[in-house]
Amino acid sequence: MKNKMLTLLFAVAMISTQAQQSFTSNDATASVMRSNGKIYVVVAVVLTILFGLIAYVIRLDRKISKLEKE
Amino acid sequence: MKLTWWKISAVVLLVYAVVGGLLLPVPELSQLGETIRNLYYHVCMWFAMMILFTISIIQSIKYLRTGDIRHDIKAMSYAGVGTYMGLLGYATGAIWASFTWADPNNPAYASFGSIMREPKLIGAAIALLIYGAYFILRSSVTDLDQRARVSAVYNVFAYAMLFPSIWIIPRLLPSLHPGQEGNPALNFNDIDTRMRIVFYPAVLGWTLLGAWISTLIIRYKFIVESKIVNNEK
Repeated sequence: MKNKMLTLLFAVAMISTQAQQSFTSNDATASVMRSNGKIYVVVAVVLTILFGLIAYVIRLDRKISKLEKE
Repeated sequence: MKLTWWKISAVVLLVYAVVGGLLLPVPELSQLGETIRNLYYHVCMWFAMMILFTISIIQSIKYLRTGDIRHDIKAMSYAGVGTYMGLLGYATGAIWASFTWADPNNPAYASFGSIMREPKLIGAAIALLIYGAYFILRSSVTDLDQRARVSAVYNVFAYAMLFPSIWIIPRLLPSLHPGQEGNPALNFNDIDTRMRIVFYPAVLGWTLLGAWISTLIIRYKFIVESKIVNNEK
């Protein structure tokens, strides 16, 4: 579960780094990230924050579950 | 950890609220522009707050009927997260208002005096202060049973006070804030269909997230409580 969350987080982070590539890049992701006034960059940023917060809540949940078993 | 269906749906709905909320088409209104998308975030905070307060008062009434201290812990946790979401709703509303209500020819703080006269803002502040007093009241009573009973009764009063302060009085007074003649976000004839398909899932998602955090607090408090009981024996 934790690994999947981390993979997802890094995947989102990678999309946002690809948006930093040079203007001549014809990479599909980069052009998506640059379209529509670059709103997709905002989506990636907000999703990264949201996933970070959710991962934190899940971690707390697991820790409390462990305490409950003791 | 049990990843139950409602925790998964909270995550899915929140992702949808962010992606759909930022990308799906919205009606174009001159005053609001793209800030109309705040409906999915700012308004959801208040909806989640109201729902969490409702769960809280139900738990308080359950405590008064049974005398089971666990209901008191639940009531406190839900009220706490509800108040927190109310504060977030207030903060986001302040940002939104400073770019839609404030006089664009002056810096936003120059309009502070006129914006702060909004009856909805004053009403919401009163409601949050009443809930703030709930926590002050709790921490000022040291006896566990007495604290639970007094705060349960106060919680009923606080919930009752929500209705005049955020539902009734702001609608009797002139206001810039929407919702003067009813519930614009709930009214099917008023809210645009394109927004409805994001708004209702968003309300659910934020409420579930609030409930999730509340259950974490409750489980933590139960552990603390059982440790105290075990040490006394």
